[in-house]
Amino acid sequence: MDFTLNEQQKMLKKITREFAEGYIAPVAEESDQNSKLDEKVFQKMKEMNYFGTCIPEEYGGAGLHDDTISFCIVTEEIGRVDASWGITTGVHCSVCAYPIYKFGTEDQRQRFLIDLAKGNKVGAFCLTEANAGSDAGGVQLGAVKDGDEWILNGSKIFATNGGIAETLLVVAKTGEKGSRKELTIFIVDTNTPGYSVGVKEDKLGVRASNTSELVFQDVHVPQENILGKTGEGFQLSMKILDFGRISIASQCVGLGQAALEASIKYSNERIQFGRPIGRFQGIQWKISDMACAVESGRLLTYKAAYMCDNGMDYSLVSAMAKLVASEAAMKAAHSAVQIHGGYGLMKAYPVERYFRDAKMGEIYEGTSEIQRLVIANQLLRKGANIL
Amino acid sequence: MKVFVCIKQVPGVSEVRIDPKTNTLVREGIPSIINPYDKNAIELALTIKEENGAEVIAISMGPPQAEEILREALSMGVDKAFLLTDKAFAGADTLATSYTLALAIKRILKSAKNKKDYLVILGAQAIDGDTGQVGPELAEELDIPQITYVQKFELKENKIIVERIFRTEEVVIIETQLPALLSVLREINIPRFPTMSGIVDAYTKKEVISLDANELKPDKRKIGLNGSMTEVWKIFIPERKAEQIIIKGTNEEIAQELCRNLKNDKIL
Repeated sequence: MDFTLNEQQKMLKKITREFAEGYIAPVAEESDQNSKLDEKVFQKMKEMNYFGTCIPEEYGGAGLHDDTISFCIVTEEIGRVDASWGITTGVHCSVCAYPIYKFGTEDQRQRFLIDLAKGNKVGAFCLTEANAGSDAGGVQLGAVKDGDEWILNGSKIFATNGGIAETLLVVAKTGEKGSRKELTIFIVDTNTPGYSVGVKEDKLGVRASNTSELVFQDVHVPQENILGKTGEGFQLSMKILDFGRISIASQCVGLGQAALEASIKYSNERIQFGRPIGRFQGIQWKISDMACAVESGRLLTYKAAYMCDNGMDYSLVSAMAKLVASEAAMKAAHSAVQIHGGYGLMKAYPVERYFRDAKMGEIYEGTSEIQRLVIANQLLRKGANIL
Repeated sequence: MKVFVCIKQVPGVSEVRIDPKTNTLVREGIPSIINPYDKNAIELALTIKEENGAEVIAISMGPPQAEEILREALSMGVDKAFLLTDKAFAGADTLATSYTLALAIKRILKSAKNKKDYLVILGAQAIDGDTGQVGPELAEELDIPQITYVQKFELKENKIIVERIFRTEEVVIIETQLPALLSVLREINIPRFPTMSGIVDAYTKKEVISLDANELKPDKRKIGLNGSMTEVWKIFIPERKAEQIIIKGTNEEIAQELCRNLKNDKIL
C-alpha cells in the first residue's frame, strides 16, 4: 500500500493549484455575486484541458482516463478555490464526457466526445424532474419511437450546466415492464428543434454554476444517439452516478481544504485576550475535527478512484466518499465561519461563500440520505466483508 | 534550429533560510521552483518554436531532484531535457557552471547538421544568487555574441533584433545573427502554464536525459568547487528598505504625483 502521489500527480496538483490561484481565485467572488462563470477563465480552462481531464488524448482529452486519482486531484484543486468551477468541470467530465467515452459507440465518441473534451461544448447529465429526484425511477420525460428516431417530450429541472450545455445525457422513459419503468439514456444536441432552456435557478450557493430547467417539446433524436441499449437507462445511470460521486467528493474535499486553510490562517493571526485565538483549546478542537473530517473524505475519495482504475466494484466506496466528503465540507465550512466570528458572516472573507457553497454537496447527485441508503443496501445484502 | 534554454532550480523565494553555521541556503523542506526568469526564457523559446520551427532543449545543472523543473519545462512544451548531475559538479560557482553548461551544449551540437544554427536563452538572473553572470560567461565559453537584459525579441531570417535595457532607463536595439546568447527580463512575456496533456506527455512520452562527468569529459580543474573562483564569505537576505515619500499640494496635484510615483515603480 502506498499513499504517496507519483511525480506526475504531484505536478498536476502543483500546476492546477498555481493555475486556480492565479486565474480562478481572483474572480471567484465576483462570479458568485453575478451568478455567472467568468468568460476569460472559461477560455483558460479550455486551453488547460480541464474539460477533458479524464478523456484519452485521441478524443481531445488530457489522457488521464486510467488515472482517476489525478482527476480527483485536479477537481479538488479547482474546488479549493471555487466550488462553482469544481462543479462545472466536474459534472461535465464525470457524468457527461466520461460516460460517452466509457459506454458510447465510436461514432458517438467522434460526434460528441471530442468537442466535449476540448471544451468546445459543455455537457450535462439530466435525470432530475419535478417528480423524480431521489426516486430516480420516477422519470416522466417520455421518448416514443418514430421510425429511426425517438421523439422526446417532457422537462428536466435542476440540471447542472443545463443552461450552458450543448450536449446532454437525458434519461427518458421509453416503456414500462410490469410495474417498472423502462428508462433509456439519449445523447441530445441542444441545437435540436423543440429543445429550450427554462428557468435558470437562483441558488443559495455555487451560484456561478449554472442550474437550469430544460424543456423538450417534440425533440427528435436519432436511434444512434442512444447511450448503451434501449431500456438500460436505470442501470447505466447508477453506473454514471458512481463515477460522478467521485467527482463531487473531490470537489467537496477541495472546499473542505479551503475552509480548513482559511481557519488555520485566521486562528494564527486573530488576537483576542492577548494571544492568537489558535492558542485556545476551543479553536484547536475545531481545527482538528475539520482536518480529520476532510482527510477522511480525501482518503475515501482516492480509494474509490483507485478501485475504479483497477477494475474493482467501487460503487459502495464512491457513495461513502461522496457522503463523508460532502458532510466534511459542510462541517468544515460551518466551523470556519464560527472561527471567523463576525467576519465569517461578511463577504469580505471567503468562508462566507464556502458556507453557502458547501450545502450543495450534501444534496445534488444523491442526497446524504440516498448515499446512506445505497451504502446500507449493499452492506445488508452482501455483508461487511465487501469492504 | 536548436534553442537551448538553461534553467535553474531555486528555493521558493519567500521561504529562504540560511544556515548560520555553514553559510549556505537551507534547502530541506523548502519547495523548489523554476527560477521565475527562466520561465520567461522557456516561453520565448517556445514562441520561437511555434513561429519559426525549432527544437527546444532545456538544460539544468543540479542534484537529481532538479529533474522536477525539467519535467515542468517539458510539460510547458520543451522537446528535450538534459540534467547535468554529478557529485563532481557540486559547489560550482557561476564560472564552473557556465563551463559545464557549455560542454553539454557543445556535445548536443555535435550531432546537429548545422552547428551554428542555434540560440541560447537564459533568465537574466536567478532569484537565489542574483548574479546574472552565467549568461555572459556561457557566451564566452561558447564564443558567441551575447545580449543581456532583453525585453523584446524578433527573429527575421536568421537575424535577431532585440531590445535590451541599458542602465535601467535606456533601451538599446541590437541586431545580430545566429548563433547568439540572450538573457531575458521578466517583461519580455508571460510564461504559459503547462496544460494537463502537456504534463501527461512530459511524464509518458518525453524523457530527462542525465549527463555526468564521465559523459561530458570536463577538465577536472574547471568544474565544481575546484573550478570555482568565487569564495563565499557571507550569504544574507537583503533587508527590505521602506521609503517614505510625503507628497504635498492640492488634492489633484497629490493624486497626479502619487500616480506618477506608482507608474515609475511599475505598480500601475
